[in-house]
Parts: sequence; structure tokens; C-alpha cells
Amino acid sequence: MTMVSADLAGAVATAKQKLDQHAYEMVQWHFHPSTGSPFWLEKAKSLGFDPLTAIKGYDDLKKFPTFEDEWLRGGPIERWRPKGLDGKPTFVFETGGTTGIPKSRMVVEDHRIDYELFSETLPDKYFPKGANWLMLGPSGPRRLRLAVEHLCQFRGGICFCIDLDPRWVIKLIKKGWMEHLEAYKKHCIDQALTVLSANHNIKCLFATPKLLEGLCTALEERGQTFADTGITGVFSGGTEFTPQWTRFCIEEFFGGPPEVSGIYMTPTYGNTLMGLACSKPVTAAEGYKISYFAPQPRAVVEVVDFDDTDRLVGYGETGRVKLTTLTQEFFVPGFLERDEGEREQPYEAYPWDGVSGVRPFHRLASSTTVGVY
Amino acid sequence: MLRIPVVRWGKPYESLETQKVVHFLTGEPIAEVDQANGGIVSRDLRKAGEARRILREFAVEDLIGRIKQAGKLFSSATLPLGSGMQSPEDFVHQQSATTGLPEQMCRNNMTKNSFVMENIDTILDALTRGLDLNILAKGYGQESRGVIVSYQCQAPVLGAVLPSNSPGVHTLWIPVIALQLGLVLKPGSQEPWTAYRVASAFQQAGIPAEVFSLYPGGHDVGGAILSSCQRAMIFGGEKTIQQYAGNPRVQVHGPGYSKILLGDDVVDDWEQYLDLMVESIYINGGRSCINASSVWASRHTEEIAAALAERLGPIEAKDPTDPQAGLAAFTVEGMGKAVYEMLQTDLKEEGVTDCTAKYGPRLVEHERCSYLRPMIAHAASPSCAIATKEFMFPFGTVVKCPQEKMIDSIGYTLVGTAITADPQWISALSDATNIDRLNIGPIATNRLNWLQPHEGNLTEFLFRSRAYQVAEAKLALA
Repeated sequence: MTMVSADLAGAVATAKQKLDQHAYEMVQWHFHPSTGSPFWLEKAKSLGFDPLTAIKGYDDLKKFPTFEDEWLRGGPIERWRPKGLDGKPTFVFETGGTTGIPKSRMVVEDHRIDYELFSETLPDKYFPKGANWLMLGPSGPRRLRLAVEHLCQFRGGICFCIDLDPRWVIKLIKKGWMEHLEAYKKHCIDQALTVLSANHNIKCLFATPKLLEGLCTALEERGQTFADTGITGVFSGGTEFTPQWTRFCIEEFFGGPPEVSGIYMTPTYGNTLMGLACSKPVTAAEGYKISYFAPQPRAVVEVVDFDDTDRLVGYGETGRVKLTTLTQEFFVPGFLERDEGEREQPYEAYPWDGVSGVRPFHRLASSTTVGVY
Repeated sequence: MLRIPVVRWGKPYESLETQKVVHFLTGEPIAEVDQANGGIVSRDLRKAGEARRILREFAVEDLIGRIKQAGKLFSSATLPLGSGMQSPEDFVHQQSATTGLPEQMCRNNMTKNSFVMENIDTILDALTRGLDLNILAKGYGQESRGVIVSYQCQAPVLGAVLPSNSPGVHTLWIPVIALQLGLVLKPGSQEPWTAYRVASAFQQAGIPAEVFSLYPGGHDVGGAILSSCQRAMIFGGEKTIQQYAGNPRVQVHGPGYSKILLGDDVVDDWEQYLDLMVESIYINGGRSCINASSVWASRHTEEIAAALAERLGPIEAKDPTDPQAGLAAFTVEGMGKAVYEMLQTDLKEEGVTDCTAKYGPRLVEHERCSYLRPMIAHAASPSCAIATKEFMFPFGTVVKCPQEKMIDSIGYTLVGTAITADPQWISALSDATNIDRLNIGPIATNRLNWLQPHEGNLTEFLFRSRAYQVAEAKLALA
């Protein structure tokens, strides 16, 4: 074993100890009558074990049944708020909701904490402190909208936003109204172009792959390039963030890798339940491979067997993405995402498992509408 | 293994994403096809004007000569394809292997595509109804009656989202190069062969590579072609037709619901037309929009259905290399069974008779594919749902319907063969707006006269007639 791998092995072991301790503490918090949420305290009665005594570490979380995100539909939302957080100003963030009741998650500060941790991973050279941002993504009751604004503010900037209703976008896709879809996309891009033309010193951008592509295309149609906007740091995310798309964007819209173009793009992976996972730097040398690592111990990403979802697949093997969230605000002991990917080895910056090649879970792919904004 | 790259205005582009096209029976990979993403298409199409500029440097007569040469090369030469070379026999084997079409059918479709290229001058004469092609090339010109006419080209290129299951449809876009428009193609995921071979043959005949783009890929690529091209065609089902209905930029080709109508004056002699009916339903594996999906008559319908069932019912699924093979496989998992089950619902309706049931099971399932053997139904009235259904295998319903109600009952009909000598009915049929190609007399629905423009005339789609005035002094100098 080399020194590097010995160091890494040590870091992996330390991270695991930290995760075990954190998992224990979070279960104590969520299941103690003085601090736990009404939902989990009620759920504990039907578990068949006492979480306060049975859960000693992370691996014991397998004793819980798989988390069903359907539990998040409908109210009262307060049933999810831990008693230990009573009285704190509380947000509700929603996912879905194109038709019917959306899934809701209550949040006090998790979105801020997650994005402050993420902020540490952003290179200041390309995401300068104090720079203003443009949030080219969904508005409305979305975690992402406030989280990106907080990220910007945390780094000393002011965040400009657009109006974008993803539920309307999904309706357009389902109805097959593709001309309307294009028109709505143009409406969003026009808003972005207006902000960017208004001399606000915007240097950083959040955009989904589709909107980033739309923005770059609109700029080129005007005889400009993305570099002309002055933006140097791009934060993006979603399962459409494939290696090929990344390569296309970097080579053709940005004009080359960061050292040549001066533009740096970092992909992320996440959702309202988990928060966001960061990516290893994406390089041409590694074939633009995108590997994500969760912000352990607050959240954990595992790649598990499609049928035996308590079993991790081997490194490099394909499985379903399983998320666990362990914060004071929210407890999700193993949620099976609608995505699949390959299990990635820990590395120095993230001494725990990651996932690469994230894409819609093949058994559900046909019923999933991806890339809506 | 053969690697087939994305082609961006003639330049090969290797993607980080590839898809293997496999043999439908064995799963053996036949080729690895690079996959484009939608953004590449939209970005490239901003340079579409260059393709038209390049083609306009050629005289029309020169282009026609080269396309004729390309037709010969398409059917007889070994041509470059991606990382390798492809002979005509390779083409037939590969196309059959990945689509499930019998090799004989692939050969026939190769001949059809080659025919269009080799006869491009007469095909264009039919499409333009005899217009001097130099008028299209120049944008305006003087007709023989001394009047200036002008046709404005509506797009620098034609985009086409191509199917995997019907290699005969390529004849629709092949004439575009002669009209001096570039081609932007999304080949079918299982059938990249025709689009690449046509482009290769054109290039070998001296048409510049820079006027062709080929973008294999997913749905986002098709979407990008349709939204970025000012004129595009797509092949799909009923849902696709509805989605693009009324969109002047998109020409949709879907189910044809082609039909044979027997007039009251000839129906007592229906046996004379049995061969024609069998051919119309069965040829090309029943996969074409020009295959008949129903036969309409006011009487003898039970006998007609029984006779068709007797001829078609015993046909078996054969190995694709068998020269007698006439059925194409369903290569998408579960599709054959799904179609079969859909039909079972229709067959249970009151007034519907399954006429091929006695000739053995229709659904033949293999490990990686399935077949549906020919099915003939009888419908006692046009109100039966099955009367206006179409499926991707030899399927036909014989519908009992009074002649005077036929035109209103048949619905949209791509090819309508009306066997009759009744002048009044011929007049009504000629006036009907729900029939596209009309054959009067005993002509099988698949027997297209290439000198008649096909569904959605290409030149009318790509060019717009407009006013154009030239001062007389200038005209004298021209």
C-alpha cells in the first residue's frame, strides 16, 4: 500500500467513524420525544424496534423501511418539524405538483448550510468573492431558487433571478406543445439576456444545461459569445449533465477548458430531499467523466443493487442511487432515487463513496420527464 | 467493429456517447454509432446557409448528372462508411440484421432508392409538374407563355427525422440535393444504413461533403432538427401527426390508412381483384404507409375476407435470409405482443370476425424479437373500431359499407384505390379531400407511379410561388 492510499484509507476510516457518530446523534434527535418530529415519533410506534437503542451507527439505518417520498405529499407540514426546532422561521420547498398535491419538505437552515459547504468547493478565481450572480433556473416554491441566492449572498454578491415556472414547462411537454415550449424557453432566455445587458457586473451563473445551452445559442445568434457576458463561473446540475454535453459546452460555447477560456463550470447533483452533491473537477483528460460526492455526514449517496437495495454494488458497477439525509431538520434513512449510475471510489477531497454517470433509472426512465428547464 | 461517426457538415465527429446497433436475433453488435446531442444540431444549423450556397454554385444539370451517378454507386459500389467500407451486400445484411426486415425486402428498398436517384430528372419533372429547374435555381424565370414566375426557397436545408422500420421512405428526401438544399438527417436508431450510404454515394459522385449533416442520437436531436430547420420532415405515429398538425415548417409522414374501395359495379367480380388485394396488404411486410389496411365493399365482404384469410393466413415467419421471407420482425421488446393484445380488444367488438384465427397462432415470439403473422378481419359496419386501424404487419379489415357512404366513412386515406367505372362515383372520389393519392381502376395501393408527386409534394413544401416583377429593360439584358 502506498503512502497516498494509506492516507486515503485512514481518511476513509475517519469519515466512516464520523458518519457513524453523526447517524447515532441524528437518530437520538429525531426519535427523542423532546426533539423529534411528530411524523417520526408516530412512525417509531410501528417500526418494531426502538431507534433510540437499536441504532448505534450508520449501517443500523438499514433497519428502517425504505423512505417513501409519497409520505411528503399533503399536510400538515408541521408534522415534519422536529420539536427541537419549534419557533424557528420555517420554509417549505416543493417538488412535483404539475398535477395534484406536490411533495413538500420543511426547511429551517439546511439549504443555507448545504450551500455554504458547497461554497468552499468553488474556486475563487472563477467565482470571485463579492461578484454578482444570475440564477437562471426555476423560481416559485423551489429550494434551488433561495439556495443559489444564499450562496451568492454568502460569497458577498447580489443575485439576479428570472421567473420560470417548471410546472408549466412539464405541462407543455406532456401536451406536446413544443412551439409553446420553445417560446417559453425564449421568454426565460430573454429575461437572462436583459439582466446580463444591464451592467450589473455579473460574473457567476447558475443554469440548467438546457438553459445554459439556450443562453449560449441566443448570444451567438446576436454575434456574441458566452465569454462576452463576463461570466467566469458556472454552476449547473441535472441528469442531462452528461460527459458529452459537458465537452460540447466547454469546447464549443466556452472556447476551451478554464485555463484557455477563463470559464469554469462545475456540475452538481441533488434534490430537495438531500441537498447537493459536489463533483470532482471535470477534465478532458478523464473523458469529461462526472463523479458526484455527497456532503457527508449530512447526506450520503450509495449505489445499490437494483433488486437488493441494501447491498452496495462493487466499485465501477452500476446500481440505483440511494440517498440518506441526516440533518437536524430532516431524517431520510435511505431513499431510492429515480436515477442510476456507477459506484465511485473515495478520493482525497471526499474520502467516501461517490457516483458517476448519473442518468434516469432505466426501469422508470420512460415515465420520467427530465430536463424540464 | 464498424464505427459510424456523427457528421457535421461533412466532418466526422466522434462523440463521448455511442450506441451499439445489434443483430435483432443474436444481439451481436453490428456497429457502434456515435450519438449527437441536441445542442450540436442547433449550433451547426446556424451555418445551414453555407450548404445552399455551395450547392447553388453547381448548375442544376451538373447536380442531376452527379445524382444519377450516385444512384448507380448506391446500388453497386463498395462505399466508405464510417471506419470501414460497405458493399451493396454488406448493406443488405446490415440493414436486415438490425431492423428485422427480410434481406429480400432490403434489396427491394435499395433498388427503389437507387431508382429515384437514377431517374432524378423525371422524378423532379413530376414533383414540379414540368417546371424548368433553372427557374427554381435562379429564383425566377420566364415560362413559355411569356410570363415571369418566381419560386422562393423557404429553407437552406431540409431536416429529416428518419424511421428505423421502413427503409423505403428515403425516396421522399433524396431529391432535395438536386433542388440545391442541404440535408440534415437524424437516421433511425436501428437503421443508420440508408442515410449514411446515400450521403456516401452522393459524395463519391462529387457532391461536396459540406452539404450533409448526419446526427444519430436521442429524442433531443430530433427535437433540435424540427425546431432549428425552417423545413423538416418527420416519420411517426398518430401522436406525432397530431403534434405537428398545422405546423407549416414540419411535414409529418405517418400511418397511411391506405384502402381499396370496390364499387357496386364491379364487386360481384371481386375474385378478379384478389391478387391485387393480397399484394396491397402483404407486400413489404405490410410496413408501408402505402400498404392497404382495409378493403371496402357493399356486398360479398364475408367471402372477400375469407379468401384473403385463406391466401395470407398460412404465411409463416421465415429466416430473414430466406428469399421467400415476407414478414418483418418486431425488434423492440414486447412490441409484437402489445400490438397483438391491442388487436384482441378490437376483435372482440360486436360485428367483427377474426378470419385468420383458424390458420394458427398469429403471435410468434422469439428470445429477442417477435413476429405477427398476417391477420384479416371482417367488420360488419364502418362503425367498428377495427375498420380504420393500421398496424405494422400484414393486416387488413374487409368492411361492409354501402357505396354511397364510403367516402364519408373511410377517413384519411393516403392511397385510395377505387375499382369502379361508375362516372358519378369517380367524380365524387376525385373531389374528396380525404384521399391523397387516388388510383381509379385495378392498381395495387403499393404500385406508385413515380411520375406522380407523393404525399406532401416536396417542392410545394420547400418553395413558395410568389410575385416577381422585372423591369423590361433588365429582362432584355438577361
